[in-house]
Amino acid sequence: MLDVKAGDEASFDFLLRKYRSPLVNFLCRMVRDQATAEDLAQEVFLRVYRARHKYNPSAKFTTWLFRIATNLALNSIRDRRYQKLEFSIDAPADEEDSTPRELPARDMRIDEHMIERDRAQFIQRAISSLPEKQRVAVLLHKYEEMDYTEIAGILECSESALKSSLFRAYETLRVQLAPLVAQSQVRRGEGRPS
Amino acid sequence: MKCEDAVNELIAYAGGRKDSPRRRELEKHAAGCATCRTQMEQFSALSSVLDELPAVEPSFTFDARVRQRVAAEPELGWFGRLVPQPRLALSGAMLVLLAVWVVKMQPYKMGATVPVTQAVEQPEDFNAIKDLGVLENYDVLTKFDALAEPAAPQPGKAAPDNGKTND
Repeated sequence: MLDVKAGDEASFDFLLRKYRSPLVNFLCRMVRDQATAEDLAQEVFLRVYRARHKYNPSAKFTTWLFRIATNLALNSIRDRRYQKLEFSIDAPADEEDSTPRELPARDMRIDEHMIERDRAQFIQRAISSLPEKQRVAVLLHKYEEMDYTEIAGILECSESALKSSLFRAYETLRVQLAPLVAQSQVRRGEGRPS
Repeated sequence: MKCEDAVNELIAYAGGRKDSPRRRELEKHAAGCATCRTQMEQFSALSSVLDELPAVEPSFTFDARVRQRVAAEPELGWFGRLVPQPRLALSGAMLVLLAVWVVKMQPYKMGATVPVTQAVEQPEDFNAIKDLGVLENYDVLTKFDALAEPAAPQPGKAAPDNGKTND
């Protein structure tokens, strides 16, 4: 980021390639819509570029990046109140350059694919039903594999408050996803050597 | 490890952290604590369930769109580089305005000090008047009623008769 601050365009490209996937994933799980997530991710990179001259090296770059992303995502959710992402396979595409819909793999039966998709939607709904702060904490902890210090920095709270928030969030998810958790436990029990 | 301490490690379990430093301690504790063992197993299963959420890949045009927007950004001028923070610039401008206002208001506010300043600037005049004894007693003289009004006749003393006597 210091190279970007110094005006090195190649370094900005490097940051873009390195962080586009985690950022789009995080935003997509936040707003539950890939097109919106990509728009927001573009906005994040644009803000990083605009603010390159005032970047403070004492703060970790990812903390700064995901703080911008979190704020944008929360604002977007509050503004537009995104509804759950429901689409049918034959619905017209909204944008020409939108990502092609995920189709079942050739070796996967259509019913298996539908079950998988339903499970994913069930999990996504459970995560989306969490309070904002807990949702961000879970997404950063579970999917971005960030440590407590960094997440606390992004959410601007203490580590103890974050741990408490995370525990409550995982407890809520455990209850909401109880059927899937039970299935997973059974599968684990079956796989365990007796 | 106590049950209260196990909470932090359970979060690590739910997050799928396999390299948690106190994982062994938790497993040892859970071996003798049914509640924590149940929670540990459930959180571990929850982690597997959460892993089922698929990741998405940015579209092919994503990078190009970001570069396009970045290229459309106006280049910062020298002032923009010097003052990258609008808040800082505004604070600076406010400070300068305040300083100008204070300097302009000073002569009106400190009117009493003007003669002193002038006296300092004109030492000869000041030396000429500062030695006049009358100025030292100026307040006393101006407020001294006895000097301002004629003396009232005193009851114990006879009024002057202008040389006449009652025989």
